[in-house]
Amino acid sequence: MNDIKSGSNLEKVLKSGNFAFTGECGPPKGANVDHLKENLAFLKGNVDAVNITDNQTAVVRMSSWAASAIAVQEGVEPNFQMVCRDRNRLAMMSDVLGAYAMGIRNMLCLSGDHQIFGNHPEAKNVYDIDSMQLINLVKTMRDEEQFLNGEPIDGSPKMFIGAASNPFADPFEFRVYRLAKKINAGADFIQTQCIYNMDKFRQFMKMAVDMGLCEKCYILAGVTPLKSVGMAQYMAKQVPGMDVPPELIERLRGAGKGKFAEEGIKIAIEQIEEFKQMEGVAGVHLMAIEWEHKVAEIAQRAGMLPRPDIS
Amino acid sequence: MIVADRKPLSEILDMITDRDKILIMGCKGCVTVCNVGGVKEVQILSSSLKIARKKEGRSLTVDQITIERQCDPEYIEQVKATINDYDAVISMACGVGPQFLSEAYPQQKFFPAVNTKFFGGATSHGIWEERCAGCGTCVIHYFDGLCPVARCSKSLMNGPCGGSSKGYCEISKEVPCIWDMIVKKKMEQGRLDDLLCFTPAKNWRTSRDGGPRKSVREELAI
Repeated sequence: MNDIKSGSNLEKVLKSGNFAFTGECGPPKGANVDHLKENLAFLKGNVDAVNITDNQTAVVRMSSWAASAIAVQEGVEPNFQMVCRDRNRLAMMSDVLGAYAMGIRNMLCLSGDHQIFGNHPEAKNVYDIDSMQLINLVKTMRDEEQFLNGEPIDGSPKMFIGAASNPFADPFEFRVYRLAKKINAGADFIQTQCIYNMDKFRQFMKMAVDMGLCEKCYILAGVTPLKSVGMAQYMAKQVPGMDVPPELIERLRGAGKGKFAEEGIKIAIEQIEEFKQMEGVAGVHLMAIEWEHKVAEIAQRAGMLPRPDIS
Repeated sequence: MIVADRKPLSEILDMITDRDKILIMGCKGCVTVCNVGGVKEVQILSSSLKIARKKEGRSLTVDQITIERQCDPEYIEQVKATINDYDAVISMACGVGPQFLSEAYPQQKFFPAVNTKFFGGATSHGIWEERCAGCGTCVIHYFDGLCPVARCSKSLMNGPCGGSSKGYCEISKEVPCIWDMIVKKKMEQGRLDDLLCFTPAKNWRTSRDGGPRKSVREELAI
C-alpha cells in the first residue's frame, strides 16, 4: 500500500497519512468551458483532487477526460471518472491512455447509471465490461503494462485507481464483500455514495475494519450537503440506492424557512468531524452539487484547510 | 421459447393499406405457445382487419393458414402453389418467419405482424419474462441458475451495482434485481465465497457482437 503507484497529489496526501479531502465538478452541457473554469477555481486549493463526472445520471455532457484535461491546465488535480455504460473495452483503454498522456493521474471506475434515467433513454447500453473488470483492466494496464489481450503497452498509464462503494444499496450484508472484491481487483482508494444514514455507515465501516480492508485501501466517506427539504425528499425517494433517514429531513425542516441551506452545511460539517475520528476512514469526498462556491466555506468550517502541500 | 407481442392493429392496417387480397400466416411454434401467432390469433387478426376495412368502406379478402413452423423450409414449401395469389402476406411468426418466407418466395411481399422480443417463458398466466440473451456461452451454473447477462439491466458479471434497492433494479420498481436474487441464494446455501471470485471480462464473440451467427452440425448436414 505504501509504494507509489501514480505520484498523484491525492495518492501522496493519503500515503503521507493526511486526512484527504476531494471535491466534485460536472463537465458542461456544451463546449463552453467558462463555467467549468469558474467552478474549478472555487475548488482550487480547497481540495486535494476534483472528481470530474462522466455523463452523470446518463445526461450527455462534455467528455470527462476532456474536462479533466482542462482541470490539469487550470492547476486542479482531476479524478477522472469513467463509467461502463458508454464505452466498450477498446474505447476505455484508448481513453485511459489519452487521459494519462494529458496529465491525468487519478481515475474512478464506475458502472454508471442506466441510460433510462438520462436524456437519451433510446441509447444502446454498452456494458461490455463491468466496474470490477474496469478496475482490473486499469490495474493490468498500469502494473502488467499490457492491454486486456496481453499485448504490451508502449508507455503504460500509471493511474491511482479509485472505485465507488454504496453501503446503502441492497443486499446490505453483501456490500462489504463487494468492497473487498473491488480492492482485490485493484482499487487503491474508494469513494462512497453520499452518506446520510450515519448508523448504517458506522456499521458498514466496522465490518470493513474487522475484515482488514482499511489496511489495503483508502476509504473516503461521501458527503453531499442538503440545500433544502425538497432536495432531501428528492434524494430519499427518487435517487436509487440513497438512504436519507426521516429524522434528518425533520431536522432540516425544523431549521425554518431561509435557514435550510445553513442547516444542511452544519449537518455536513458534523459528519466530516465524525469521519475524521472514525476508524478506517481516510478522508472525505465532498459532492457539493452545483454548490462549488460553498466548498471553501465548508472546508474552512470543517477544519480541512489548509490542504497539505506535498511535493 | 421465443416470446413476441402483436403489433397494434393500426400499424398492420398501414402496412396493407394498398392491398386488397391478403394471406395471414400463423405458426404452430413458439408464437402459438405465447398466444400471439397461432390459429386463434390468425382468426382474430383476420376478423379485425376485415372489420376495420369495412369501416373505411373498402373490402378486404383474407385467407388464413397456420403451418407447423415458419422457420423450417420443409413446412414453408407447403404454401408454394398459392403464395403468389395474394397482394401481400402477413406473417404472425417471430422475426424468423417472414425472413424465411421472403427468401423462399422473393416475388411476394411479407409483413411482420408481431414484434419479436426475447427468449423466455410464462411465469404465470398471461405473463412472459425474459430468461436468456442467447449470448452463445452459457454461464448460469456459476450463478445458481440465474442469468446476469439476460436479467441484469447492465449485464454485470460482478454485481450487484449500487442501484439495487430492496430487491429491485434501479431502472424500475417492477424489475427484480437478479444480483439480489443471486446473492441471497448463495447466502442461503452458505456459498457466498463463490461470489468473491472475480469474474473476468466476458468474451462477446459468441454473442451477436461477433456478427451474425451460424450453427453447423456436420453429422446432420446432407
